[in-house]
Amino acid sequence: MIRSHVLICGGTGCTSSGSLAVRKALENELEAQGLTEEIKIVTTGCFGLCALGPVMIVYPEGTFYSCVTAEDVPEIVSEHLLKGRIVDRLVHHEMKADAENRVTSLNETQFYKKQKRVALRNCGVINPEVIDEYIAMDGYQALGKVLTEMTPEDVIKTVTDSGLRGRGGGGFPTGKKWEFASKSVSDKKYVACNADEGDPGAFMDRSILEGDPHALIEAMAIAGYAIGADEGYVYVRAEYPIAIQRLQIAIDQAREYGLLGKDILGTGFNFDMHIRFGAGAFVCGEETALMTSIEGNRGEPRPRPPFPAVKGLFGKPTVLNNVETYANIPRIILLGADWFNSMGTERSKGTKVFALGGKITNTGLVEVPMGTTLREVVEEIGGGVPNGKKFKAAQTGGPSGGCIPAEHFDVPIDYDNLIAIGSMMGSGGLIVMDEDTCMVDIAKFFLEFTVDESCGKCTPCRIGTKRLLELLNKVTDGNATMEDLDKMEELCHHIKSASLCGLGQTAPNPVLSTLRYFRDEYIAHIVDKKCPAGVCKNLLQYSIIEDKCKGCTACARVCPVGAISGTVKEPHVIDASKCIKCGACMAKCKFGAIVKQ
Amino acid sequence: MKSLAELTALRDKLQKNVSLREQEETKRVVVGMATCGIAAGARPVLNAFTEEIAKAGITDTVVTQTGCIGICQYEPVVEVFEEGKDKVTYVKMTAEKAARIVAEHIKGGKIVEEYTIGANK
Repeated sequence: MIRSHVLICGGTGCTSSGSLAVRKALENELEAQGLTEEIKIVTTGCFGLCALGPVMIVYPEGTFYSCVTAEDVPEIVSEHLLKGRIVDRLVHHEMKADAENRVTSLNETQFYKKQKRVALRNCGVINPEVIDEYIAMDGYQALGKVLTEMTPEDVIKTVTDSGLRGRGGGGFPTGKKWEFASKSVSDKKYVACNADEGDPGAFMDRSILEGDPHALIEAMAIAGYAIGADEGYVYVRAEYPIAIQRLQIAIDQAREYGLLGKDILGTGFNFDMHIRFGAGAFVCGEETALMTSIEGNRGEPRPRPPFPAVKGLFGKPTVLNNVETYANIPRIILLGADWFNSMGTERSKGTKVFALGGKITNTGLVEVPMGTTLREVVEEIGGGVPNGKKFKAAQTGGPSGGCIPAEHFDVPIDYDNLIAIGSMMGSGGLIVMDEDTCMVDIAKFFLEFTVDESCGKCTPCRIGTKRLLELLNKVTDGNATMEDLDKMEELCHHIKSASLCGLGQTAPNPVLSTLRYFRDEYIAHIVDKKCPAGVCKNLLQYSIIEDKCKGCTACARVCPVGAISGTVKEPHVIDASKCIKCGACMAKCKFGAIVKQ
Repeated sequence: MKSLAELTALRDKLQKNVSLREQEETKRVVVGMATCGIAAGARPVLNAFTEEIAKAGITDTVVTQTGCIGICQYEPVVEVFEEGKDKVTYVKMTAEKAARIVAEHIKGGKIVEEYTIGANK
């Protein structure tokens, strides 16, 4: 008889920090101590606290262990699982045992307290490779409900009333999309899923596929019923091997249970689905390019209209939503539109998942109601900026988005507010930057990305982004003039208005938003020839303060290009013409005698 | 799977496999599993509680272990915590006594006085 469940995170984050080795060690140790009949090991999807991986939860106590290694396992087994003595040194710092030896609930910790998990409800709770666990959590009940109690119109109405909007970036109302596709007349229709998550730093779709793949399958079948489609495609990037493997296992299990295939639940409804791999082109996250790629052609966008709901995959009406959007659907069907639209702001309902990254304490995945402020996400849930540094800005929406400065820290996050302050929701990557980040450099980073990823079909994007990057390079090299700033802005607007698809139309956003909020930094680069954050190498100068230098020669020995000279016990000097600004001397100096300006 | 009824029946059957992960318990059975407890036979007691509670279909009670309670001569010791009530301490436990405690105390709400520490002093 099982008396305890040990949940080990098997998401990509914890897998790369060694959760598979922890699981193996746990299996061996349970075997050695004769506990295999009493303790069950469950590999789950992402818990969200990736920075503290590998993470482990032991039920029924709900003890949350973080940074567990295989060497810790024997102690956990003999102390906790056998004798019930919680291994305090591994417990998440907020959950240390109190006097009564009872730990506080995981949901009471800062990281989880303000979260509301809808799309991530099963991630870190169930084993994604076992369909029975999904069914035990009301899995496929929503599909059963629509097939037996609801008409396709009822389903579309519920989704429309819920106020759900596309979570992939655009924020188009999902119910409307479904309605257009259902009204298109055709002998064949398709349901497609965009799992080509390409924004740097965003990984919520991957985590849902890894942690709760059946939720996607169920939602796509529901969409199929709503619009009259019997076939679905999931387009997932090949760089997500764990996600692909778990989704395939889930599809096979659903077929075996008769939840995909012919005559589902004896209702006469047929639906089946396939996986297609993306080869890592960012443009394939754009809907028309994605469908072109599924069809077997080179992934390039085409003009809209016609929209996919009229003429999509293989020329047939198609509903295309992103993974997170679909993951909300089964809950909306089961709990109702009113339940969903009670969360969020006036025009953005429900919750949103954010991938926290950059200069933040709790790197990981969080899901909060729409309308939560950036301050709550960064300071309370994310634990703030580490090392006592100051928050400077947060970047949302990846290469299509913009930077939100500290002055907008208290703006409630939703689709419309983010656009109003010059950024966008995007897929939900949230990169935090501190005072050591140069905003011109950040704009350059994202623009380099779009220059690389532009498919080249239309001129404004192909050539415009390249020219824009050259102007940015002039700024960071200290060669730009103030007129160049105006040229940059003008070019940005041309690229935005003339590009064919979303990639080009949004590519200048990082430049525009940094120009809007951090123009002084651009001016510092141009006029003073200085990088205030000390990042842009061509504007940096390393020098030795004569009074502080003891002449220990440590810097001269570590310099890779021999730019430092001097005699022992005498102050040294750096030859600026030879210096490559690697910073090795500054790191080596024990007396703080080397400065960069 | 041929119908929604079949799916729902399967869900109801499977729910108990994951209920351990939902912390909504009102009662907590804590078995002393320190060296003294294990030596006195706490393992079979612990397993008996888990089994009997599952068999009876009780979902609001969890079974966990704890370290040495400090009264080694009375081991195996089991304590039952219930919200808003004083804890009950049972001593010199066996698997058979566990079955009776589940039936009468956990399920029926009536403390089995003769097994408590008060009756065994």
